[in-house]
Amino acid sequence: MSSRERILGRVRRALADVPDDDPPYERAVTRGYAREHGRRTVAETVELLAENLADYRATVHRCADGQLPDLLMRLLAARGSRSVVVPPGLPPGWLAAVDATRVHDRAESTAHELDRVDSVVTGCAVAVAETGTIVLDGSPDQGRRRITLVPDHHVCVVRVPDQVVSSVPQALERLDPSRPSTWISGPSATSDIELDRVEGVHGPRTLEVVLVED
Amino acid sequence: MSGMFVGMPAFPEAARTAVRDSTLRGNLRHATHTIRDKRARAVAELDDWAALREAGKQVKDHTLRHLDRYLVQVEEAVTAAGGTVHWAADAEEANRIVADLVKATGESEVVKVKSMATQETGLNEALEAEGIRAYETDLAELIVQLGKDRPSHILVPAIHRNRGEIRDIFRSEMGEWGRPAPENLTDTPAELAEAARLHLREKFLRAKVGISGANFMVAETGTLVVVESEGNGRMCLTLPETLISVVGIEKIVPTWQDLEVFLQTLPRSSTAERMNPYTSMWTGTTDEDGPRTFHLVLLDNGRTDTLADEVGRQALRCIRCSACLNVCPVYERAGGHAYGSVYPGPIGAILSPQLRGTGSEIDASLPYASSLCGACYEVCPVAIDIPEVLVHLRERVVQGGPAVRQGNKVVLKPAKGHAAERAAMRAAQWAFTHPGALRTGQRLASRTRRLHPRTLPGPGRAWSGSRDLPEVPAEPFRDWWQRTHGGKDGAK
Repeated sequence: MSSRERILGRVRRALADVPDDDPPYERAVTRGYAREHGRRTVAETVELLAENLADYRATVHRCADGQLPDLLMRLLAARGSRSVVVPPGLPPGWLAAVDATRVHDRAESTAHELDRVDSVVTGCAVAVAETGTIVLDGSPDQGRRRITLVPDHHVCVVRVPDQVVSSVPQALERLDPSRPSTWISGPSATSDIELDRVEGVHGPRTLEVVLVED
Repeated sequence: MSGMFVGMPAFPEAARTAVRDSTLRGNLRHATHTIRDKRARAVAELDDWAALREAGKQVKDHTLRHLDRYLVQVEEAVTAAGGTVHWAADAEEANRIVADLVKATGESEVVKVKSMATQETGLNEALEAEGIRAYETDLAELIVQLGKDRPSHILVPAIHRNRGEIRDIFRSEMGEWGRPAPENLTDTPAELAEAARLHLREKFLRAKVGISGANFMVAETGTLVVVESEGNGRMCLTLPETLISVVGIEKIVPTWQDLEVFLQTLPRSSTAERMNPYTSMWTGTTDEDGPRTFHLVLLDNGRTDTLADEVGRQALRCIRCSACLNVCPVYERAGGHAYGSVYPGPIGAILSPQLRGTGSEIDASLPYASSLCGACYEVCPVAIDIPEVLVHLRERVVQGGPAVRQGNKVVLKPAKGHAAERAAMRAAQWAFTHPGALRTGQRLASRTRRLHPRTLPGPGRAWSGSRDLPEVPAEPFRDWWQRTHGGKDGAK
């Protein structure tokens, strides 16, 4: 007998007490919890996102659509970044004013190559105000998962209010499970030493989020 | 289950040693109190916590009650998404599957995401025996691995170490495993984290095989979810060419939507954050993004035996948040090592004896590693009634009875060493059914109270070694009642 059959057989014998008319999934789970917490205007939701991002040590910037290229140029220059990874679908105008060398997100580039790049600029799929989270799902303006992982500086552009939701349930509704997703709440951190929070272990030590208003 | 620490004494003996270690007690007290206060604040932010907790309980209960169906569904979904599914009945089989998969890649080293399942199976040691070196990449797991130590907490395995001890371990051991610690390393957490970053980065960048567990698997989509903070998880899950995930069969949730419950309750319960820094979700393989080969190993290892126990099966709802450890007065004093298992604390006290059976001395002692204060039940985000299961398991240890081991029905004998308890219970039963004898005994006890010792002689000594005997009142309650109320209606 295969282990598959053995395990499934054990499960079925273990559940001999469960009646055939046990309530189906739809009736077994009462979803009495909230779809979002509190009542907020759209502007207040964006404000909450900014607050919660900052609370977990992300740096938040806000600008109008037309100011974005200039802001991105200044953010990379302030850090002295000489190279920046560019996802294939990043709107070309975003980096128009940037001076740093563009490194394209290519399947064949190695992790070692990425490790030598200073910064990465991406868009996002959705941002969650209540938790201060940005979610990337590998869409063309976000690129492969590793490009936002290996470089030490990540600048993520969130279009507000279109890409902002209040809550985790609302975020999941917008995502496609077949795409790999990465939920990011502040920069990499650890609390493993006496539960003191330290930012920056393996992922980017600096996370800057730009809230750009259409 | 091979996750037992070899040669581990039973809980009372291990705990006695631990409570005398003042450094350990200091480290633990600081850590558990810090996190329990933070957790309370994080939970208070959500006014629907009770409803989230109830939904989490219901989702998990429903899944467990139809686990066969959901296992088959998740297998189909993962396979359809480009993954390969393996089934492991026990730890040995899981380790063999993983070792064979690693060997097939031609590699002799792997990077690991912190995973309770692979700790439970003793995977690192099994790989070592096959000539494969496994690098733990979570900072706390790294501290434990470098220190040739054992984990003592589900979430922060090195909770028993303070910064000075960690610096010493890094200084003396890192060079053995790869890049040595920087010269003049101090004990500030930021410098220690930086040393870990440099040490591990070279391993991440060259790794061809990653091994992980998962916090959740979604049956309808085949999606796996890993929740973490440092980014070591993301490194292991996305940089290697081959990814092998070893996941307990109880980790399933039916639908994508169900994640909305657990992604709210897990971070707040475990690290007391609104959301942990990184959560990775993947479904099979994705062209040109992440590993080209994905293997899922579904692990039983005592879970189906646990499922067969109608009271005890609720332990399988556990999402490994570790909130119960941080509030437990027994854990706070005894520390994680005393439980002799990769699952310490209240959840370990009910999970380990079910996964492993109560045959060993340590496992038979675990249901007693509790004061039954109920704090663990209060904080549990999936409402596991840990005290109920503890009492249930105590009964099994003392009285024996029917159980399932490795899929077979067995009748357990009463565990050794509980003869005095059984004799006392029999005597109590006799006394309570003979009121005259009870009254005589109580009066005799009252009159001789000045003569009573503070500790018990003989087999009772172990019990009174850590407790004061209750004082016998000067007069039995029933005599007092007769005297003060004179047999009249007491309500007046």
